[in-house]
Amino acid sequence: MIVAKNLTKQYGGKQVLNIENLEIPKGQSFGLVGNNGAGKTTFFSLLLDLIEPSAGEIINNNVQVNTSEDWKPFTSSFIDETFLIGYLTPEEYFNFIGELRGQNKADVNALLSRFEDFFHGEILGQNKYLRDLSKGNQKKVGIVASFIGNPEVVILDEPFANLDPTTQIRLKGIIKDLANTQGVTVLVSSHDLIHVTEVCERIVVLNKGEIVRDIETSTETLQELESFFAG
Amino acid sequence: MFKYFINLQWKSFFRSANLSKGLALKIVMIFFAIYMLVSFTFLGIGLFFMLEKFFPDADPMVILSQYLVYWIIIELLARYFMQKLPVMDVKPMLLLPVKKSTITHYILGKSGFSFFNLLSMVIFIPFGMVLIAHDYPVANVLIWLLSILGIVMSINYINFIINKSDKIFFGLLLTLLGIYGLEYFNIFSVTEYLGQMFYSLYANPVLTVVPIVLAVITYFLNYKFLRSRIFLDASLKKEVKTVEASDLSWTKRFGSIAPFLQLDLKLIWRNKRTKTQVFMSLAMIFYGLIFYKMDDFGPTSPMMVFVGIFITGIFLTNFGQFIPAWDSAYYSMMMSQNIPLKKYLESKSGLISVSVVVMFLLSVPYVYFGWQALAINFSCALYNLGVNVPLILFFGSFNKKRIDLDKSAFGNMQGAGAAQFLIMLPIIVLPLLLYVGFKYLVSFEVALMVIGGVGIITFAFRNMLLNYVTKAYRKKKYGMISGFKETNS
Repeated sequence: MIVAKNLTKQYGGKQVLNIENLEIPKGQSFGLVGNNGAGKTTFFSLLLDLIEPSAGEIINNNVQVNTSEDWKPFTSSFIDETFLIGYLTPEEYFNFIGELRGQNKADVNALLSRFEDFFHGEILGQNKYLRDLSKGNQKKVGIVASFIGNPEVVILDEPFANLDPTTQIRLKGIIKDLANTQGVTVLVSSHDLIHVTEVCERIVVLNKGEIVRDIETSTETLQELESFFAG
Repeated sequence: MFKYFINLQWKSFFRSANLSKGLALKIVMIFFAIYMLVSFTFLGIGLFFMLEKFFPDADPMVILSQYLVYWIIIELLARYFMQKLPVMDVKPMLLLPVKKSTITHYILGKSGFSFFNLLSMVIFIPFGMVLIAHDYPVANVLIWLLSILGIVMSINYINFIINKSDKIFFGLLLTLLGIYGLEYFNIFSVTEYLGQMFYSLYANPVLTVVPIVLAVITYFLNYKFLRSRIFLDASLKKEVKTVEASDLSWTKRFGSIAPFLQLDLKLIWRNKRTKTQVFMSLAMIFYGLIFYKMDDFGPTSPMMVFVGIFITGIFLTNFGQFIPAWDSAYYSMMMSQNIPLKKYLESKSGLISVSVVVMFLLSVPYVYFGWQALAINFSCALYNLGVNVPLILFFGSFNKKRIDLDKSAFGNMQGAGAAQFLIMLPIIVLPLLLYVGFKYLVSFEVALMVIGGVGIITFAFRNMLLNYVTKAYRKKKYGMISGFKETNS
């Protein structure tokens, strides 16, 4: 589904990402871990064509992302709060995204009804603008919005951070379900090793912009990761 | 500690990503500032002689004292519009071992060196020098200057207490008119009494304590107010507004651009800055009244074309020049969502085009001033629709400055760069040149037809032009995304 070839990104001569070859097959739940500055967000930003690669290319379902816009209809993402429109209510935001993705109000409402416990009664029908919601609630809105319109690729940067424990557990279930039963390719980055090992079939460790581990998740994975990061 | 604060602000200025662009504007502003300072200095020097000439029998000092009250009120009014309240990004400081009183003193102290204070002093100090040169007692003059400094500082801090309150603004305006009215109709001479008061500041140097004490009092009132505000929850807690929802389903008829159109309408209606912009644009319709009534121009003067382009294109320039910066807060989402760039631009151009039509319709009553007015406005509207809409969108691709939507539009330069000034040229000058050329070479009617015709022809090629504009946006996309993320510029 997603192929990155000889991908590098440099800022002022300093290399922040260098991926020779990375292939993510369709329907895989893919986890990206690494310390700060490892290049996780850089990779996701390149994947969404928010920054320009210094060299190399990313191909998303046979579309090269920095030359064509055709990857947009089947790719959705939530990177940070800059993906939200502050002066809309959550409902309006969901409907806006829905319209962008060819869904009518009924479709959107059907999808939202599946997330009622995820929202914990704090999102819908509050008559509040997104800018007035708490950080955690804003995040929930962004994450759920990325599920609208049956995307084939979902990209979530640090989805577990800032969420309360109940929501974290729910989110893990949702991500697993997306990849396993609906064939969606899910890309998740996290600092939390436990969460990623639980959710992802495959985990790639980035360090200073390079892939240093590429692990198929098993029972030993968590230990392996912990020993890697410990030292 | 103050040293660090100054250092921080210095860095926030010089490390901003749009420095080079912002710098051009700032250099222009600096030249303007120097020009103001120099001309005010000359005003200060000349003031004495002017007063002497206009009031030959009186002591210029007495006359000046009488007019001081006008100066104070006008200065307060001017500052209401122009002086920014002192701001500093306090939040990161609160967690550090910095005394809150230090932060407060720094913010207030910094405002003491405001350009406005300087501006007043460059009038009064040269004036004082001229006084001394004319054998006024040196000690009295110097101490009088000290009183003036006290008054200037009081004005400075009173302005912050007024804190942009509209009520006080209108109160001041009424007071000013009231004093002037009383004077004009010889009912009661306020200035005479106040003049004596201000004159005694000069005649009786001990009284200089009064303005200085006043300055200190206003400073501490500000201090108390600000100090009590420097808390995390005070700066974090925002006013939560309930939603003003409105039914926008009528936009559906615009087809695929409907969701964007809805978004833009909400953008405009729910944010302070855009909302003011709309009201200001609508108010500009009256701009025509000033010009149409001037007989010097005549109904077919190029000035009227300027008015036509300006009136029908006011929203186009005001709103259009900041596309796509209006969406800066969530621009990375717009760029990764399922939105083809062209659709995005099409919807913006649709919105602006509607505004041109609306402004033209509003300007129809000007036909009262002659059919020429209507004809000019009509061809100007066509020109705006055809040429200026794609043009302003194209210029938008140079925008890299973030706009925070919930700040007011008055005196808000945020998002403005040198490009914003440059675009005014082609938008207004180009049609003017066309008009002047054809009018003097051929005739008024032909010139109008040329302007309108150019508009219609370019309108026909609109799709092609938009493709070109889209390309420009795609090329600048990465720069925009990173520029819009920057909050401190």
